[in-house]
Amino acid sequence: MHRLWKVIILLVILSPLGIIVPYLLNAGSAWGEWGPDEIKELIGYVPSGLEKLSDLGKPLFPDYNLKGWEEKPLTYQSIGYIVSGLVGILIVVGVTLLLGKVLSRR
Amino acid sequence: MHIPDGYLGPQTYVTMFGIMAPIWIKASRVLNRTLKMSQVPLLALGAAFSFVIMMFNIPIPGGTTGHAVGGVILSILIGPWATLLVITIVLVIQALIFGDGGITAIGANCFNMGFILPFVGYYTYRLISGNSPLNSKRRIIAAGIGGYIGLNAAALFTAIELGLQPIISHTDKGVPLYSPYPLSITVPAMLGEHLILFGWVEAVVTMAAFAYLLKTNFIKEWEYA
Repeated sequence: MHRLWKVIILLVILSPLGIIVPYLLNAGSAWGEWGPDEIKELIGYVPSGLEKLSDLGKPLFPDYNLKGWEEKPLTYQSIGYIVSGLVGILIVVGVTLLLGKVLSRR
Repeated sequence: MHIPDGYLGPQTYVTMFGIMAPIWIKASRVLNRTLKMSQVPLLALGAAFSFVIMMFNIPIPGGTTGHAVGGVILSILIGPWATLLVITIVLVIQALIFGDGGITAIGANCFNMGFILPFVGYYTYRLISGNSPLNSKRRIIAAGIGGYIGLNAAALFTAIELGLQPIISHTDKGVPLYSPYPLSITVPAMLGEHLILFGWVEAVVTMAAFAYLLKTNFIKEWEYA
């Protein structure tokens, strides 16, 4: 299983491709995942219920980046992306181990 | 495919939590009965894999992006109920820590990506692979088709949930309160891009991971494959 964890680490290191390639090919948000500003550009207004709910979450790493690094060049964003990947994996692995142990037969 | 906060009105997102509640309870009962302590590290590996594979946004040049979920290869490896648990954990962390997918939409997103995707994908894989040997070409192709169909089924449900919003919630003058596009737009848009590109990405991820797990002699211990 060590070998498979190495594959995961390799994928984390390569993960900035997931923001660099879309940038190079001029691709935007996923369909239906636009922020309020993008919605306004698309349909001319922001639906009122959507606007109210849209800033509900206060994520620690918005868009898999470090806070305040949104406007930084792609190199910084790539670092933020890798850090986010590592943090995210640590948390999901921890929670899965915990819940798995609770659920599994002894 | 991660529906953000604000796209689903309360009627829909509460309903989706209501639909997921018995499914989550059923999952915990099944796992309570079947999950062995020794399998738990593999579930954790699966969670890490699903998390990182979703970071690889694949672009349609000049258009939108999408990504694989990894849910079908996980269901082949650990079974669909364990996959539901793993993807639920991933989606909750993505919503809370990374703002990917809404907090109010956790029920809907878990239904689409955590339930529909692995179950449809897994049973498609089982149906096509039949009794063929584990290392046969037919198995790998079955895994790929499972990935393709699973992701597209999830995209279809996402599109339906979004497309119902203008019907369910609007002002007196008919202006949508939440996701603004009707079914006639959401279904072709979501399903189209997944049929054309993102479904294939899930298929390739599923087949590549399946072949790799076979080659490294990893998959043969697993009862679900």
